[in-house]
Amino acid sequence: MTFPEETNTVPAVEMQDIVLRFPGVLANDHVNFTLYPGEIHALLGENGAGKSTLMNVLTGLYKPQSGEIRIHGKKVSFNSPRDAIANGIGMVHQHFMLVENQTVTENILIGLDTPRFALNLKKYDQEISNLAEQFGIHIDPTAKIWQLSVGEQQRVEILKILYRGANILIMDEPTAVLAPQEADELIETLKGMAAQGKSIAFISHKLNEVKHVADKLTVLRRGRATAERVDLQDFTRESLASLMVGREVIFNLHKCEQTAGREVLRLEDVSALNNKNLPALRKVDLALHEGEILGIAGVAGNGQSELVEVITGLRPCTGRIWLEGKDIANKPPSFSINQGLAHIPEDRIGVGSAPNLSLTSNIIMKRYDQQPVSQKWQLDYVAADSLADGLKTEYDIQAPSVQTQARKLSGGNLQKLILARELSSTPRMVVAMQPTRGLDVGAIESVQQLLLNQREQGCAILLVSEDLDELLSLSDRIAVMYEGQIVGVLCSEDFDITQIGLMMTGTLPEELPEKAQAEEAPTDGTPSSFDEVLDNLHNYEESTQAKRPAEIEPSSESAEPIEALPQPESSATPEDLPLNLTEKERVLRKVLGENYKQGDEE
Amino acid sequence: MKIPYPVLLKRTEDSPKWLPVVTSVGAVLLAFIISGVILAVTGADPFKVYSYLFKASFGSWGAFSDVVVKATPLLLIGLGCSLAFRMRLWNIGAEGQFFVGAFMASAVVMVPLVNLDTTPRWAIISLMAALGMLGGSLYAFIAGFLKAKLNINEIIITLMLNYIAVLWNNYWIFGKWSESGFQMTKTFPKSAWLPRLADYAKQVPAFSGMTLHLGILFGLIAAVIVYLIIYRSKWGYKITLIGDNPRAARYAGINITANTILVFMVSGALAGLAGMTEVSGVVHRLQERISTSYGFSGVIVAWLAKLNPFAVIVVSILFGALLVASREIQPSGISFLIQGITLFLVISSDVFLKYEIKWVRPAQETAQ
Repeated sequence: MTFPEETNTVPAVEMQDIVLRFPGVLANDHVNFTLYPGEIHALLGENGAGKSTLMNVLTGLYKPQSGEIRIHGKKVSFNSPRDAIANGIGMVHQHFMLVENQTVTENILIGLDTPRFALNLKKYDQEISNLAEQFGIHIDPTAKIWQLSVGEQQRVEILKILYRGANILIMDEPTAVLAPQEADELIETLKGMAAQGKSIAFISHKLNEVKHVADKLTVLRRGRATAERVDLQDFTRESLASLMVGREVIFNLHKCEQTAGREVLRLEDVSALNNKNLPALRKVDLALHEGEILGIAGVAGNGQSELVEVITGLRPCTGRIWLEGKDIANKPPSFSINQGLAHIPEDRIGVGSAPNLSLTSNIIMKRYDQQPVSQKWQLDYVAADSLADGLKTEYDIQAPSVQTQARKLSGGNLQKLILARELSSTPRMVVAMQPTRGLDVGAIESVQQLLLNQREQGCAILLVSEDLDELLSLSDRIAVMYEGQIVGVLCSEDFDITQIGLMMTGTLPEELPEKAQAEEAPTDGTPSSFDEVLDNLHNYEESTQAKRPAEIEPSSESAEPIEALPQPESSATPEDLPLNLTEKERVLRKVLGENYKQGDEE
Repeated sequence: MKIPYPVLLKRTEDSPKWLPVVTSVGAVLLAFIISGVILAVTGADPFKVYSYLFKASFGSWGAFSDVVVKATPLLLIGLGCSLAFRMRLWNIGAEGQFFVGAFMASAVVMVPLVNLDTTPRWAIISLMAALGMLGGSLYAFIAGFLKAKLNINEIIITLMLNYIAVLWNNYWIFGKWSESGFQMTKTFPKSAWLPRLADYAKQVPAFSGMTLHLGILFGLIAAVIVYLIIYRSKWGYKITLIGDNPRAARYAGINITANTILVFMVSGALAGLAGMTEVSGVVHRLQERISTSYGFSGVIVAWLAKLNPFAVIVVSILFGALLVASREIQPSGISFLIQGITLFLVISSDVFLKYEIKWVRPAQETAQ
């Protein structure tokens, strides 16, 4: 690896002590970020760790409350993305901003001052072609956007920035939308651009890819940098994982000891495509038992949504899914509902409720066909209202009446409404996805307790969550998903957050360091470097040949807990929520202790 | 939602129950005012025109009977549209479904499917009504099926199907069923006529000359049925749920494909029945101009009535009155002008229902 001589070169970007506070959350807490010309600097972190937020500060989208930004040694203050572009900073977002039925050239020229009126497309086609060639990007400037693959569209976005004279490029999880082949190509392109002096900030949550692309690394967690501008060699895989994932305070929940009963759900060889028709699930095998909570851990977008949709009948798949002995794969959702499958969907508003309909209408969504709500062809709204009223009291849903529209409920109350609907039907099995995301502390605890109560009653629960602490405290077993596969299943006595973190970022359990082995028997005295491990892993993935167990220094790193207290106010948070809301609520709870009453956010 | 104006549209959580009525009535009044201004600009005295319009439609029982006759197809079509629109299915093919319904009903007489001399009148009429509904629903099935299975835009399909239906009708009245070369069929025998008030002039002299026919009863019964479907039935619940959030409906195990097709077919059946009442109750033959854009006015009626079946009755009578009045004044376009402006204003007035309109105070922009 080659680095520019740091002492002689002026950094392209210097961000110092950046503090960015959103109402109620601290998105960036005194973060430093330095990027030298010709360097690829990776920003690693979980969803909501503040990576994108930090980069949005650099592109002028957000203005930090304090901190300094210097571009090529010159202090700057951006008021808008326009200012950033003028300073040669461009960002490729995860979601492309392209006009589908215009050509590549036209898209690149959009919004520029020249050409002013007459458009000599041929001339610009040539220009763009030359530019692309210079950076080894293959693209036909005359192609229409809709004809291009996602990877090619991304190249257009990159060209768009380069054409505007950017020498500092920010890539926001660029490989998230790409097929592996395309990702490799992209990484080659980025390296080529770096070699020509461009500086690249690379946002990612995948350890593997960071290793292949980056020279330097900064790790963010909950808004703070847990590692700043470090060399990759200096860190073990585990220590990076723990820097990324960290340890959190755990709730005191009442969870009784019990052994799982007979099998309720079994997945055999289940594969499915995602919305972009790329493989999202690859031959998943899974079993779930009575009175057991099986947690699914994984970084968002590794197939969890598809797994849930496949089980609940919302997505076609191959393979078999047995629920109570009946194959429910590719059956309509009503089939599995009748088999006693309850589903707490990830998207409460978009999927879990009908926002403009009343509480009652939302409660009876899955039992409008059953007594006493239905009488032959009729719907007995009186009976429905009294049912809803009962559940409203039982589940403590705060609302003026059962006639209230669902959209008027706060997040926590809406989730309670959904839980009331799903759990009151005494399901055999519950699929819960992100059941506590975005809720306040009180709601989190009651939702979690409700799930535990179901477990006690012998219900089988599949709990998908991005909140590792939630998984650790609720689950009997945890299965880790990575790129559409279950890479390992751990039992509660073996829960180890570092291990889970590693598996979440793509390490197979066979390659995980045995704690004992690493401590007692270092094979040749020199622990393998992080690079080697990653190379091994890469080889493993490519050839699926024999595994080479690697020994790694056990991690002694543990991330510091967050200190800063967010303001205890609840109001609109920006769309790009930089911190997990749960974090805010945890802090609140810690601060207020027993005095904290379950508030009704509005 | 932010809008780059100094006016902030804030989604309201509570709009009072009376507000939709007020905005609708207000929109109609405003439409009359604007039309009045246009009339004044063209040199007419709006007050005179309006009072004449009113007299022409509500001035006598005879005039009112004409209004109800015009309102009948609007009522049936408006009800069908209300049902479809509840599910956010934009069936604007009522015109075509109307024509196919009229065609099927006429077939009973023209083929003929039954012996017109011996079959009792009620049986012939029932058969015509049944076939009219079947025709309309099968025609709507095409659009419903394409929408449900292939997700093809139903607006385009239903719109195009309208032209096909009209041309199909023309084929028969210009060709096979043509009455000695005119673009119409022969007059139906009396046994295929819907009973009219005028038929009972002997018993009740006041009914003499009144064209009001049994079709309005079909319309009123249909209004009650649609009301029961929407507000009292399981199916109505499903329709409302799909309309509000199809993803939630799918998640709740409701078959969206089947319901899309079904709602389209019921909507089409009502339009088809409207076609039957026109040929059997008014013109007594199949001819080219049996509809004065009833299919499209029905869309407006449904929308004006906020998809409430009983409000559809009121609105269709208002529109019937405009249609009757348009015969009486020149140019007859004035009525359509008022219709158009009314629809425009009613749709715009929805803003008042969904949003609170405020002048921006920066502090409020974030508080939500």
